[in-house]
Amino acid sequence: MIKDMIYDRPESLTDVKTHYCPGCGHGIVHTLIAETIDSLKIRERTIGVAPVGCSVLAYFYMNFDVTEAAHGRTPSVATGIKRVLPDRIVFSYQGDGDLAAIGMAETIHTANRGENITVVFINNAVYGMTGGQMAPTSLIGQKTATSPRGRNVETMGPPLRMCELLNSLDKPYHIERVAIDGPDGVRKARKALMTAFKAQVDGKGYSFVEILSPCPIYQRLSPVDALKFVGTQMAAYFPVGVFRKEGTVVNA
Amino acid sequence: MATRVLMTGNDAIGEAAIRAGCDAYYGYPITPQNEITAFMALHMPENNRVFIQAESEISAINMVFGTAAAGKRAMTSSSSPGISLKQEGISFLAGAELPAVIVNVQRGGPGLGNIAPSQSDYFQATKGGGHGDYHQIVLAPDSVQEMHDLTILAFKLAGKYRTPVMILTDGRLGQMMEPLILYKGTPPPMQRKAWAVNGAINRKPNFIRSLYLVEGELETLNIKLQKKYAGIRQKEIRCEKRLTQDCEVLLVAYGTSARIAKGAIASVRAAGIRAGLLRPITLWPFPYDAIARIAKHVKGVLVVEMSSGQMLEDVKLAVNGHVPVFFEGRMGGGVPLESSIVKKIKSISRRKIMTGH
Repeated sequence: MIKDMIYDRPESLTDVKTHYCPGCGHGIVHTLIAETIDSLKIRERTIGVAPVGCSVLAYFYMNFDVTEAAHGRTPSVATGIKRVLPDRIVFSYQGDGDLAAIGMAETIHTANRGENITVVFINNAVYGMTGGQMAPTSLIGQKTATSPRGRNVETMGPPLRMCELLNSLDKPYHIERVAIDGPDGVRKARKALMTAFKAQVDGKGYSFVEILSPCPIYQRLSPVDALKFVGTQMAAYFPVGVFRKEGTVVNA
Repeated sequence: MATRVLMTGNDAIGEAAIRAGCDAYYGYPITPQNEITAFMALHMPENNRVFIQAESEISAINMVFGTAAAGKRAMTSSSSPGISLKQEGISFLAGAELPAVIVNVQRGGPGLGNIAPSQSDYFQATKGGGHGDYHQIVLAPDSVQEMHDLTILAFKLAGKYRTPVMILTDGRLGQMMEPLILYKGTPPPMQRKAWAVNGAINRKPNFIRSLYLVEGELETLNIKLQKKYAGIRQKEIRCEKRLTQDCEVLLVAYGTSARIAKGAIASVRAAGIRAGLLRPITLWPFPYDAIARIAKHVKGVLVVEMSSGQMLEDVKLAVNGHVPVFFEGRMGGGVPLESSIVKKIKSISRRKIMTGH
């Protein structure tokens, strides 16, 4: 079992300066993934698939094999690796644009095939790398570069809830949403990642962890307020919790 | 003597891929290449290989990317509209320097077009197709035997140069049956790829990428790629020359068009007109020099294609104005008639040779 506290830099994390903005959630999640991989002692057989978006440079921080993927095709690339190297641990790391907009077909079909991979979904309700455009998960009324008057449900539709959507499929083994809005949320995220990666190590099948995450710059908030936004407004629309446990739908 | 079997061109490609050691095939239905997908669905699992019917051509080419990144052999196949969807993936494969085999069993276009054979994806295949400064090797079979043999070659070249290789064929060659001799060699042993992402055991982590944000880094990659392409141009040009030693009319055609051109040449030779054929087998790299050498001693060159004249541009570049270049082609799934080609050859052969130009 994972120790409650790890104060050292995980071996799976490289010792470099971050390019992420102050208050960004990516660094926290990178660290959590690295800790999980260290705890499971799978660093030498883990292959990450990085998306297009701010975390396209994830390999810069990860001390294990990583490949890029075209925008949204991350789970297909992961599938192509896992099927020919079934004893390796393969995960995709995707943002909301990658996973829920351009890559929606790949997301659904990879889950529906029950690929034995882990998908880590960073939902910060906005496109970061391209400059703060509306994401498929931007909240109703949220102001972005491409919804300057706020997301309008009439013309833009409401935000997509990915855990709920994937939970309608038969094959996923684990589906969980967490929010890294504070120490408690970070601990829950670490536990969720451990459950998801452990499921893959044990050959149980598809695991999906959605992490509600701060992006102070494009959520247009201070770092502290961005955490509040994640924990309150985002979590109100995207309820945290386990949706699928050991292949069974968890009733709320 | 080796046993001959009867197969469709599409099946011959599938059979060759398995014999070449293809570890994973990813497909999506589209006519007229469905036989490949069905063949692989049946036979890849029998050989303990991976088969997935992907949710789209886009997903299929990116599964190919993953398998190639893992250091294994991968193939996908499709037909024209589906190949258009794969272009982003092919560009990424080229940028990340990953080996892959892509089969295009061409149909008529543009748009949804029709399902009849065509050669109208020549520009797309040979001039890039996807974005960015890259090339893929393009192989053009003209028989079921070559559908088989060039698939074996495609895997070899893809692995050797870490580059995507396309087999550019058409619905007619894909659907027709011919006897062929199956490849009996064993797949070259899969060496451990030092660059692959297959687990950083006793080594530093590998990263596969085509993103280079630091100023100058991408240009360095571009220069490296261009050097690789120069090497491919030097070593891998392949063409068939038929009756070109004494020819006064040179035909240039590939694939299905080359078969019809061969018939036309036999017909005019019987009538005493010396026509010959240069059939490019590699469309990229293109046999410019071979064409230029023969063009020096002919009255004219005739390009035959199932398109509006796409390879025609490369032939003109090769001939460089030394002699006139003529064209006989059909579009939209039409196939050139031998009689029309004969007529063109005869009219070119009647030309007076200009001297001292």
